[in-house]
Amino acid sequence: MMETLQNLLGPAWPVVWTLVKIIAIVLPLMGGVAYLTLAERKVIGFMQVRIGPNRVGYYGLLQPLADGIKLLMKEIIIPSAANRTLFLLGPVLAIAPALAAWAVVPFDLTLVLADIDAGLLYILAMTSVAVYGVIIAGWASNSKYAFLGSLRSAAQIVSYEIAMGFALVGVLMSANSLNLGKIVLAQSGGILQWYWLPLFPLFIVYFISAVAETNRAPFDVAEGESEIVAGFHVEYSGMAFAVFFLAEYANMFLVAALAALMFLGGWLSPVAFLPDGIWWLIIKVFALLFIFLWFRATFPRYRYDQIMRLGWKVFIPVTLVWILFVGGMMQTRWAYLFH
Amino acid sequence: MESQADIHTVMMIFQDFVFYGLAAILLFAGVRVITARNPVHAALFLVLAFFTAAGIWLLLEAEFLAIALVLVYVGAVMVLFLFVVMMLDINLDKLREGFWKALPVALPIGILMAAEMVMILGSKHFSSEMITAPAPRPAGYSNTAELGRQLYTDYLLPFELASVVLLVAIVAAIALTLRERKDSKFIDPAEQVRVKRADRVRIISMPAEKELPPVTEAVAEKK
Amino acid sequence: MITKIRELFASFMLLELVKGMALTGRYFFARKVTVQFPEERTPISPRFRGLHALRRYPNGEERCIACKLCEAVCPAMAITIESEQREDNTRRTTRYDIDLTKCIFCGFCEESCPVDSIVETRIFDYHGEKRGDLTYTKPMLLAVGDKYEAQIAADRAQDAKYR
Repeated sequence: MMETLQNLLGPAWPVVWTLVKIIAIVLPLMGGVAYLTLAERKVIGFMQVRIGPNRVGYYGLLQPLADGIKLLMKEIIIPSAANRTLFLLGPVLAIAPALAAWAVVPFDLTLVLADIDAGLLYILAMTSVAVYGVIIAGWASNSKYAFLGSLRSAAQIVSYEIAMGFALVGVLMSANSLNLGKIVLAQSGGILQWYWLPLFPLFIVYFISAVAETNRAPFDVAEGESEIVAGFHVEYSGMAFAVFFLAEYANMFLVAALAALMFLGGWLSPVAFLPDGIWWLIIKVFALLFIFLWFRATFPRYRYDQIMRLGWKVFIPVTLVWILFVGGMMQTRWAYLFH
Repeated sequence: MESQADIHTVMMIFQDFVFYGLAAILLFAGVRVITARNPVHAALFLVLAFFTAAGIWLLLEAEFLAIALVLVYVGAVMVLFLFVVMMLDINLDKLREGFWKALPVALPIGILMAAEMVMILGSKHFSSEMITAPAPRPAGYSNTAELGRQLYTDYLLPFELASVVLLVAIVAAIALTLRERKDSKFIDPAEQVRVKRADRVRIISMPAEKELPPVTEAVAEKK
Repeated sequence: MITKIRELFASFMLLELVKGMALTGRYFFARKVTVQFPEERTPISPRFRGLHALRRYPNGEERCIACKLCEAVCPAMAITIESEQREDNTRRTTRYDIDLTKCIFCGFCEESCPVDSIVETRIFDYHGEKRGDLTYTKPMLLAVGDKYEAQIAADRAQDAKYR
């Protein structure tokens, strides 16, 4: 069947085939995002001794659909003093990098859209672009709360990206490659070979920075509803707001997938007698996402100056020290521990 | 086999299309950077220019440079730039006041620079015959690894020197702006974190009600 | 010095954060206390102050004598009363409006009433669908009183000894 299609489409075939693959990635991702919102409400509810949404469908399973329909039906209000073009561009710029980064994420040995060598750099670039959605949305809204939120978010993302980048440098040193597939393969050989063990401090720093990078609680000062109403998306309604929401959760999926790939062995099985496969990656991603939700249910919001202090004065020195340590150890006869 | 060649030519044409598309966007964005009235718009057009430039570099198979451009300039430098531009209240009319006064000087200089560039870039040293296309790289070639190798072997000294210069610049910038304000009510989070409950609160147990001393006659009379 | 090092170590081990997460993690499995509202309801005190009602005497005569004490005491000025003399020379209200959107459910009207006419019932899940629906007029209040008289009387009787 593929052959006939290939002949039928001729030179257009690669484009069509790539589009099919993109849809095959984006659709499950969007479904996952929708149900992550439900999972979040359920998990936080359970931790607060409530039961969460349970009215729409069995156990509230249709709740995301109901929310989606509601948001689609609502009017997108554009404030009269807002910058119209940029106001509408904001949500697009927020979600585009969150989806584009998935191009290089390997789901399996061969299951990857673009197996490029500088995959990790590409991901870093994409996540750093994600901040524009927030900044532009905040500025274009022409509202002081939105603007404050976007400034906070910008400073926070730029600060934590450095710690995140340094944490990844450790991974690069161990794996000797920027290709995500090769990084995963370098961790083959069971749970003790995964990088979370030799690079434990970096793993922790990466994960916490990832929480900050996605503007999630306890680092959600960008929206901080008790201080600046809803931050950068105060003025957004309907689907424009929903796109911000989707972007936030898609980013959570992305950073969880990256943590799973780089520190938890991606699709590799933790023990030798079980086969490797994409389901391991899915399990790891969902476990990490659960921790995200657990964080939100546990910790109160950071004060803004403390966020900056944590990023610059704690995480960056810690990662630097550990990179030096790893680099030093690689010159000794214990080098095998760090490869 | 024939279709394979077919696809190849199609891809070449496609690449040309992408190049001219990106180049057109780049030029447009570049022009808008200097003509946009709103500084925030100008900064955003600069971001767009960086992005399309990165796209063109990707076509040249310089993927490390392209991604570094996005990562460093778009992801960090321009964010900080926007940060400042958004907070400044720039009076555009004031900025444009001197336009006609400066024109007689600026115009000849601009024309001169443009002419120089045309003369240099248009000379035969820069013609496409002089510069041969680089040999196609083998499949496993990683331009990132190659750049890293070059930087840390052949160009180690310049690279380290540049790093030191940048470090000095950072230290200088911080030293220039760092001042201890006496009236600042700054609180040290580290100290706050270190405080434990036992340092601040003492919980004592005492009976909820207390026997009052019996009211004496004198006090009762005073009332 | 040693305590400082110990504190530094503890903060780098994220001990306090782990403790906090252990707590929420424990509650994740705790029995949930949610009350499924329309199907399940929490017990309500006989003193509950909900929707207002005007009561009648057992013989069907309305209790309200238009003394306007409730109107006077109402801190939200939600009550409006107009009165006249009926043919049998008793003073009665011609109008008794309560604007429930103004009412703060303080219960002063109930307390001030010398004849236990205006009362607040246990009803709290009422609604209005258009503007003006929540301005209750005299017939509406009397209807509420007629409908729930048994419950209202039982609640007053239970609370009587504390008054």
